[in-house]
Order: sequence, then C-alpha cells, then structure tokens
Amino acid sequence: MDLQDKKTPGLLCGLQNNSDKKERKLALSDNILLSIEKPARYIGGEVNAVMKNPDQVEVRFAMCFPDVYEIGMSHLGIQILYDMFNSMEDVWCERVYSPWVDLDAVMREQKIPLFALESQEPVKNFDFLGITIQYEMCYTNILQVLDLSQIPLNAAERGENCPIVIGGGPCVYNPEPLADFFDIFYIGEGETQYRNLLNLYKECKTQKAGRKEFLRRAAKLPGMYVPQFYDVAYKADGTIERFFSVEDGLPAKICKEIAMDIAEEEAFYPVKPVVPFIKVTQDRAVLEIQRGCIRGCRFCQAGQIYRPVRERSVEVLKKYAMELLQNTGYEEISLSSLSSSDYSRLPELLDFLIEECGRQHVNISLPSLRIDAFSLDVMGKVQDVKKSSLTFAPEAGSQRLRNVINKGLTEEAILKGAALAFEGGWTRVKLYFMLGLPTETPEDIRGIAELSNKIASTYFDTVPKEKRGGSRCQIVASTSFFVPKPFTPFQWARQCTKEEFLDKAYQTRVAVSEQLNQKSIKYNWHEADASVLEGVLARGDRRLGQVIRRVYEKGGIYDAWGEYYSNDRWLETIEECGLSVDFYAHRERPLDEILPWDFIDCGVTKEFLMRERQKALDGEVSENCRQKCQGCGAARFGGGVCVESREV
Amino acid sequence: MRLRIKFRKYGPVRYIGHLDLMRFFQKAIRRAQIDVAYSGGFSPHQIMAFAAPLGVGLASNGEYMDIEVNSMECITNPMGCINSFIECNSEPACSGESTYSLTCQDIMERLNRASVPGIEITSVKILPDTAGNAMASVTAAAYTVSFREGREPKTNIGAILPDFLAQEQIMITKETKKGVREIDLKQGIYQLYLKEDGCIYMLVDASSGGNIKPIQVMEALLAFHGRSAFHGRSAFHGRSAFQGRSAFQEELLQENALLITREDVYTNIGSAEEPAFVSLDEVGMEEAAAAQN
Repeated sequence: MDLQDKKTPGLLCGLQNNSDKKERKLALSDNILLSIEKPARYIGGEVNAVMKNPDQVEVRFAMCFPDVYEIGMSHLGIQILYDMFNSMEDVWCERVYSPWVDLDAVMREQKIPLFALESQEPVKNFDFLGITIQYEMCYTNILQVLDLSQIPLNAAERGENCPIVIGGGPCVYNPEPLADFFDIFYIGEGETQYRNLLNLYKECKTQKAGRKEFLRRAAKLPGMYVPQFYDVAYKADGTIERFFSVEDGLPAKICKEIAMDIAEEEAFYPVKPVVPFIKVTQDRAVLEIQRGCIRGCRFCQAGQIYRPVRERSVEVLKKYAMELLQNTGYEEISLSSLSSSDYSRLPELLDFLIEECGRQHVNISLPSLRIDAFSLDVMGKVQDVKKSSLTFAPEAGSQRLRNVINKGLTEEAILKGAALAFEGGWTRVKLYFMLGLPTETPEDIRGIAELSNKIASTYFDTVPKEKRGGSRCQIVASTSFFVPKPFTPFQWARQCTKEEFLDKAYQTRVAVSEQLNQKSIKYNWHEADASVLEGVLARGDRRLGQVIRRVYEKGGIYDAWGEYYSNDRWLETIEECGLSVDFYAHRERPLDEILPWDFIDCGVTKEFLMRERQKALDGEVSENCRQKCQGCGAARFGGGVCVESREV
Repeated sequence: MRLRIKFRKYGPVRYIGHLDLMRFFQKAIRRAQIDVAYSGGFSPHQIMAFAAPLGVGLASNGEYMDIEVNSMECITNPMGCINSFIECNSEPACSGESTYSLTCQDIMERLNRASVPGIEITSVKILPDTAGNAMASVTAAAYTVSFREGREPKTNIGAILPDFLAQEQIMITKETKKGVREIDLKQGIYQLYLKEDGCIYMLVDASSGGNIKPIQVMEALLAFHGRSAFHGRSAFHGRSAFQGRSAFQEELLQENALLITREDVYTNIGSAEEPAFVSLDEVGMEEAAAAQN
C-alpha cells in the first residue's frame, strides 16, 4: 500500500514533512461531498500544495480569497504570498476560499466551521486569517468567511483566541468601509513587512502581551493600519471633520509598502504554484513581467497605486518560465502585468518563449498588447488568426475625451493597427469603452459608434472583395460604466446615476444602429446597478460598515455574481442606516474635502492628482513616465522607471 | 509506441471527476518529462485514452490509461535539470547528457513522483501494436462493495444471494434520456459473492453496450429480498396484495450508502460464449518481451 512512499522518500508532491503518511482526513463527510457541486473545490491536496507538520511550526496562517475556488485559485498575489510564507520554516500558510452557496447552506445548518484546504482544520484555530480584497463586490463574502469560520464579525468582539484578521490587496487603499471587520490592514505589497509582523507576533506571544498590545505594536510597523486605534469625526453635512488616532504614538499617515527589489533574483516568485485539479478561471502558468504602469490613465487606480514601474529582468523571467512549466506541467503560459507592451525587453522574452514553448507543446496566452507590426507578428505565430480576435481599448469614443482621460491611443493608431491586422487575415475586433467619464458629451458617445464604423470601413477598404470569402468583419464594441476610484485624478468626480448610465448606453446603441456598417458591429453594455454600488463602496467611509453587515445578515453573499446580487437589498439597507447613495457616488467632491482615504500615502501625492485633474478638465495630456517625469511623488522610492535613463 | 499505465485512485482524490483526472495526467506526464506524442494543429493535445470512466466518489485499484510516446527518452530543458519532482543525482540526465533513455520502471517512478497522494501508478507496460485501445478493450470490471457505517441494510445479504442468483432473470428499470427501460442484469453478472471480510465482490459486464454499475446490482439485490419475503408470506396467509406490500416493502438503498472500489478492469481474450477475462495490464509487455516482439 505504501509502495510509492517507500520508493520516493520525501518527494511526495510538496509534502514537505514526510512523517505524516496517513491519508488526509477531510473536514466534510462523504455524504456532504457527494451532495454538492464540484467537491474537488474543498479537498485540497493539489500538486504543489504545501503540507507541514503542525507541531513543527509556530505560526499558522490561513490565506483567503473571498470568492469561489476557481476565482481565488487564479490569483497570482496569493500564490506569491503562499510561496513566501511557506519558505519560512516557522510558518505554515494554507488556503481558504468562499464555500459556494450550496455548501454554505450545509455548513450553516450543520454548524461546520470553515476550514483551510491543506490541513482541513478550522480557520478559527489559526494565528492569522489573511484576506485579499480585490474588488468591492466581495465585501459581503468577507463576512461570510468570518461567520462560517465562527469568528466574530466585528474586530471589537474578538477574544484572545481568535485569529488576527488582516486584509490586503487593492481595495485596502480605501479600507474604511471594512474598518469594523479587520484587526489590521496591510497597505501595499506583501513581500516586505510580513516577516517583521510575524516576528512581532511571536514576541508578543512569548511575552503573553495579549491581542490588543500586539495590535498596538503592529500599528507602528510600516504599512500597517489598525483601524481600532483611529476614529473619525463628521461634520453636519456628513463629510469628514477629522481623522485621528485615539492613542499617542501612532502614525498619522500610513505609507504603502513596496517591493523595490522584484528585478533581483532573490525576489519571491512562485515557481512552484499550486496546480488545481479542477478547471479554474486562469488555468495556466502565470509570469509576472513587471509591476506598475508608466501610462497614467486618469481613471485607473492600478496605474497610480503600483507606481513606480519595476521591470523584472528578462534573464530571470526566462528561468522562471522554464521552472514554472516544469513544476506544474501546464500546457499554457501567460504574461501578466499592466500595459505589457511597455515591458522594455518584451521582444526578447517573446522570442524565447515562442521558441521554447513551441518545442514543449505549450501555448502562449498573450496579454493585451498595443496593436502594431510587432504584436501582430507575435500573435500570428502563437494564435490561429482565423479564430482569434484583436483587442483595442480606446476607453473613450472621441480624441477629446481620450485626452481628458490621458489615454494615449489615437484614432490614427487604431485604424493603422486594424488595417495591418485585416491584411494579416484577422477579421474580428473587440473594442472596450467606458461610459460616464467626466466631461463626457453626446458627441463623445457618438464617437464610440463612429470609431467602430471606421474600423469596419477600414476592413472593406483593406481587404478586396474576392479575399473576403463571403464574410465581413465582426466588430464587438463593449462599454462598461465609469466608477471613480480613490487615488486617481478622478477621485473627486461625480459618478453618473443608474438612469444616466442607461440613457448613455441607449444613445450608444442608437448611434451604432445609424452607422453605415452597422451590420458588422455588435454592441454590448454592462448592468448599471452594480456599477453605482461599486462606486459607493469604493469611495465610502466607516459608516458603510453597518450597511455591509446588515446586507450580509439579510442573506447577501456573492454580490460579484450577477445572479446573487440584489440591488434593492443594498439600496434599502443604505436608507435604513440613514445614509445615501447620492452622498457617496453622485456628488462632485470639493478639492478641500477630507476624503476617507486621505490618511493613506499611496506613493503619489494629492498635489499631483489635483494637477492631473486640472489637466484633464483642460483636455491636456501628460507624457508617460519614460517620456517625462510628471513629479507624481513615487520617485522617493528610489527605483524602477524613476531611475531609468529616459529616451530623449 | 503505446504505453499502458495502470493506477490506483483512493482517498480524497476520489472526488476528482474523470475529465479533471485526464487533465491531471496530462500535466503529470509533462512534469515527469515523458516524451508523449501530441496531435497536430494550433491546440495540440496528448494522445491518451482511458479505459472506463470512474464515477466521482469511487475508489479504484485498477484504472487504466494508454498513452502514445514518441520515444522512451526523457524530455530535457534548456535550463538544465530544474525538475523539483525528479531526484537529480540519481539519473544521468542531470550530468550533462542531452537525452536519457527510460525504462517502464523509470516511467512509473517518475509518474509517481509527479503525482499526488491517492493517485498511484502501479504498472507501466508497452502495448503490442495489435492491442486495441484501452476503452474499446474493456469487457468486464470487478468491484468490492461495502456499506457506510450507519447505512447498512437490514437484509442479510449472504442469506439471499443464492436465491438471487438462481433467478432466470434479474430485471431492473433504468432511466435513460429516451425514457424508462427494463433491462436484465442476469447475463452481465459473471461473479457475485460475499467475501470473508463481509464485503460483496462482483465481476460484471463493463462493455460499452452492457455496462452494469455496482449500485444497480445492489438495488436489485435489496429489492429481491423484499419481493421474495412478500411472496412467501402472502402465499401462506392469503393476505391481500395491498396489505402484504405495505408490510414487506422492498428495502431501498439509503442515499450514498455504498463504498465502492473498482478492483480491476478486464478484457475478453476468449469468445462471447466462453469468455476468458484477463486484466488489461496483462495485454501489455515488459521491455524485454516488447523487444522480441
């Protein structure tokens, strides 16, 4: 029976500790597993999952992505931290995802505590529960995870034996709506401070210092925000009077943490990521080529908070790619970053990957690249031209509005790229736009339809009739609704109402139907309800905590999944709590208002955001980081693009 | 050249479905650096065939997969040996030679190192060119069946087995996409007995035309007991059929009551009239035999 084990001591797929050979006992009974959808979501034991002996570690860390397994397993950030924590001898990091609604009901009914996948042990017995917060619509799922774990929802209600609940990810750049539920928010990139935090935790444990004292000391570590030590006073009009610490000696401003050494060989990279059994959303090896973005699109939060751009070295990336494929057996690899075309060694990296992946029967899934001769050549090599489509993201329909949002893509470049692509045999084009951007006019909206039409005309001008094979091109134009986000030049902007959004989508639809080539154009638009609510949560304050809690208590989970989202439940609850959607979303905020997230220093200064806002209103573009430094403030980190020699 | 790979599946990985198991093996074969053959086209896939899909929740000691390989050599990597699954110093591949020839035993060991607990490769053999593919070859499967604790039937199975098997027909109803159909299990049950440890052993038809699931046999067995008791009593006491039925209802299998392990899968090397079942891995050969062949 143990034949395999005897032959390969210590090599059993990530089983670091070899002493425990017993079959892992699952937290869920056969009867439950046989009665739910996709039981493999809950069994753990995947290739490269890390097993350790609980008696030989000092810190148990449960790392949670508060959405279903297939979504959570597709997230690179968790894999990076999982790898980092498990490389520490004294720590065992395990994974936790939201049980799907079928299991959720069973666990509530039978009072089964939520468990981590590796050990199958209850999360409530862990030292830490880390939760990555990637989008606003997962906030109720965070409460689901706490509740199923049998951990009190509010940090204030937690006893000495509860895990420390720590949040990270992009949404913690405005953590205030979630302030009640977290002991600590880690602002910024996880690579830098976790070791210090865990050392502090161990020290406090030895000293029997207690939970509150640990949190007090943690609050003095860089990047750590402990909301219970801060309070907010409001003015009569509901805006913030002041934000202050309730104890002395705590930082007034919390600066984000940033890993400046990701180009180095020693940087943590998960070259042995966990490989799921079931098909997940991102079912491939992922190579992160750089962090940050030089572009500075004014609607984009990621483009600001991850500054400055830091490229990984191309030699290290080649090595990572080979190791990833070898360690996982994946048949597909994708590159991950913002604006991948800006990675300076992209041609060299892609040449290497095309050659090696071709030899090893691995597909390359390309990120969205700027469409030009180079990218079309690459795409022609790795994709079936007839089946694949080209993607442009002009984001706005007119050049005027593209200047406002600082989206450098010009109509000329789009049409030139499209013509090249049509010559190369592509016939399908996807276009992404936003509706409801600041200063948008009906002409800008018409521009969406007109640009789509011009691309279709380009097809007919470029491809002679005899080569069309009886078919025409397919242009798919999609619009999403603009949601202003903290730490962007549009953080003060008024968001459109649902009615305004739907009217804009209607205008777009009518304009598309009036085009000469309308038969070649398909138009899709998103739901407006959730966009407004996302806007409320994104720019909300602490008072929204009670709304989130009540919505959850009324049964709200999986808000990011259209079929479970109830707009009415949210609106009704916001009203019950004496708050208003108008106040958070549909109001132009004055520049001197204290914003709920002002106490966080994300690297770029408020002065820079104000300058960019004014330039937007004036329709003026800003050069990208490689062309000319805009003085955003991120240069103080002393690395990345800020210290590169610039093009002249 | 085709390899026939036999493996076990047990423990938590029983909850991985058939398609996911295929995906698992595609990756495991790559991790093990086996020179597997691919189909052509823009999305090439490994040439691979499974004998018979195993239902979710079932364990097995005898699953089969055939793969086509270009050679018995291991695949190398431009970065040198970076395979965390393979013990580097034990194989000449890592000492600078560009290729390295593997034996069936090497392939089995490599696959086991690239696997997870609960998926265990127990043999790798070379298939003769004349052998049919794994799925088409399957004619019978052996299972052991026991009951989950607390879900045991009241029926004494050992006591009724002889009468059950003595029936001329064992009719059950089967729901298909086209509707409900009556089928006879009798011809497809080759062996059925109670083992000393209390488990039920059965060897049943597993061909594409007449596949029998263990649960069908178990349901028929429990239902048979109910009917025979009813017929016996009503004959003696002359009760009305209605009363009799309510007193001696057929025992129904409780939900998820069965613990099922597939023991092996067989092919028929005899004739339809006089079948001679051999385990699928007996069709494959060791290297030496393959070389002579």
